[in-house]
Amino acid sequence: MSAVLKAPLVVEFPFTRSLGPVQSAFLTALRHRVVLGVKTRDGRTLVPPVEYDPVTAEEISELVHVGITGTVTTWAWNHEPRRGQPLDTPFAWVLVKLDGADTALLHALDAPGPDAVRTGMRVRIRWAEEPTGAITDIACFEPYDGDESTVTVHAGEFEDPVTGIVAQARLDYTYSPGRAQTAYIKALAEHRAVGERCPSCQKVYVPPRGACPTCGVATSEQVEVGPGGTVTTFCIVNIKAKNLDIEVPYVYAHIALDGADLALHGRIGGIPYDQVRMGLRVEPVWNEGGSYPDHYRPTGEPDADYETYKELL
Amino acid sequence: MTSEAAPGPRDIAVVAFAQSDTLRTTSDVSEVEMLMPVLHDVRAQTGLKTADIGFTCSGSCDYLAGRAFSFTLALDGVGAWPPISESHVEMDGAWALYEAWTKLLSGDADTALVYSYGKSSPGSLRDVLTRQLDPYYVAPLWPDSVALAALQAQALIDAGDTDEPELAAIGARSRATDNPHAQLKGPVPHGDYLVRPLRTGDCPPIGDGAAAVILAAGERARQLCARPAWIRGIDHRIEAHSLGVRDLTDSPSARLAAEKAGAFERPVDTAELHAPFTSQEVVLRKALRLGDEVLVNPSGGALAANPMMAAGLARIGEAAARIHRGESDRALAHATSGPCLQQNLVAVLEGDPR
Ligand SMILES: [Zn+2]
Repeated sequence: MSAVLKAPLVVEFPFTRSLGPVQSAFLTALRHRVVLGVKTRDGRTLVPPVEYDPVTAEEISELVHVGITGTVTTWAWNHEPRRGQPLDTPFAWVLVKLDGADTALLHALDAPGPDAVRTGMRVRIRWAEEPTGAITDIACFEPYDGDESTVTVHAGEFEDPVTGIVAQARLDYTYSPGRAQTAYIKALAEHRAVGERCPSCQKVYVPPRGACPTCGVATSEQVEVGPGGTVTTFCIVNIKAKNLDIEVPYVYAHIALDGADLALHGRIGGIPYDQVRMGLRVEPVWNEGGSYPDHYRPTGEPDADYETYKELL
Repeated sequence: MTSEAAPGPRDIAVVAFAQSDTLRTTSDVSEVEMLMPVLHDVRAQTGLKTADIGFTCSGSCDYLAGRAFSFTLALDGVGAWPPISESHVEMDGAWALYEAWTKLLSGDADTALVYSYGKSSPGSLRDVLTRQLDPYYVAPLWPDSVALAALQAQALIDAGDTDEPELAAIGARSRATDNPHAQLKGPVPHGDYLVRPLRTGDCPPIGDGAAAVILAAGERARQLCARPAWIRGIDHRIEAHSLGVRDLTDSPSARLAAEKAGAFERPVDTAELHAPFTSQEVVLRKALRLGDEVLVNPSGGALAANPMMAAGLARIGEAAARIHRGESDRALAHATSGPCLQQNLVAVLEGDPR
């Protein structure tokens, strides 16, 4: 069996997230180089602050100013920083209980090596040079041997509050379509359409996905289908898709290739859009060097009888 | 309803378990191609066909392989025609089993197929898992799964609950398994630090795999399995998502789930724990009150094979299979999800007296 296909796949998108009142105050304050916590009814101060008490689920909103210095409660030495992490040189992940807080905040600690880090050590915030109203306004923590910061009550009111964040997400994959679809895609590049037959119900699936969805068994017998086919149903597209260089209106159709028991999708060309009809006989058209059909065009044969494709609708 | 006492809850058992080998990469097969042999295996053990099964529930996560709606394609392997009663959770299959258990309890079905699968190999798992974290305060820092587990491990070491030699011994014991499906077996070095204090040997192998079980109620279970593994109790609990709020050296959610599942009513002889990191076994043994007399993870657990979304279901399946084979009479099975054992499910399984 020939090797399966592989291709890089990058999934990347910005998440735009709105903030609740407590989150908004916290991130706005970070932009002003101030850290806020939130008081629970039993008097604990949560940093980072949340909208609801994690123990009682009560809505909480009383903001408190806490220190920018604190104590490491646990740590882990990261000798190989990964993409997106706060520092690109070896650093310690730390949970830090800021002075005045009862809970710990996760961040990075810039330290020369693991021997310079221990639970209980004192640290202070190193601010980002250009704050934006995000957790990354704390660039990292750094070792600190001065006094505790003072703590005051804070209304948490700033001008120009941060109301949302845009979180960039990027994940890199190596996509492989598996055995059955690899065979289909390789055949397409040779201008052939290859399906697979179900050993139980005898249906031929094009494109094949390796299993018969009706019977739940593996398909494996390869069957060459087409090149001709029949339009089983279609729609007229009137909205131009972004990044797609096709004039509207055009017809997008379900096409049952001869010998296939499942219709595939394709664009219909070579005929005015308002003359496309169910039963129209079509064949694939390949662009120079194309690895899949660009579109399907009429063959000029008489239309297929409805009885011959009604099961494929 | 009459004044007669309502019928008690139905007895529900795991009657079959199947799993794939867990492999570092399975690029030659699609997810459905990886899953199908497991579904065929678990059904063959009971003789049930798709049409005989009352309810089907699956667990998977599209983020792992970067394929949207992959679970709908996976249904191709079930043979969902005529249409079946079906559900899906974007979680480990242990939680799909929980949903199926409630469905059977309600009397809506007498049998259920539960399956789950995960392909971690197409992506970078440590990075992918950061996307399940708090998107406001944590995910923008991209703390990877090993880093978070390492914070927990250091907290345990600081508390005097464990040390690096003990962690190494947990890894070695886990990989001394004879489980034919395991990915890492035999002597595996403790290795270098991945994120200190965790070494490579403290971390689970990254692999692709699938698991499936069949549940049946009452007499149906006895017809399908010589010695059903009765689910005496099952419960799941979650803790606050903020790591800095939690005591990372303890697992109150696992303890509470175990209590609600009845785990503390009588001793168990076997425990299958879903502890992806050696340090997490230390936390779970304490929270679940497992003494040295309990056989822990004869399957090797997640340190021998950790197919995402399937490793928790496999713990329940492995515990049940030991009861089927007469190697256990009362077993605890555990599944986890989220960073540092954030969410925990505990099931207590028993065989009929011998
Ligand atoms: Zn079939």
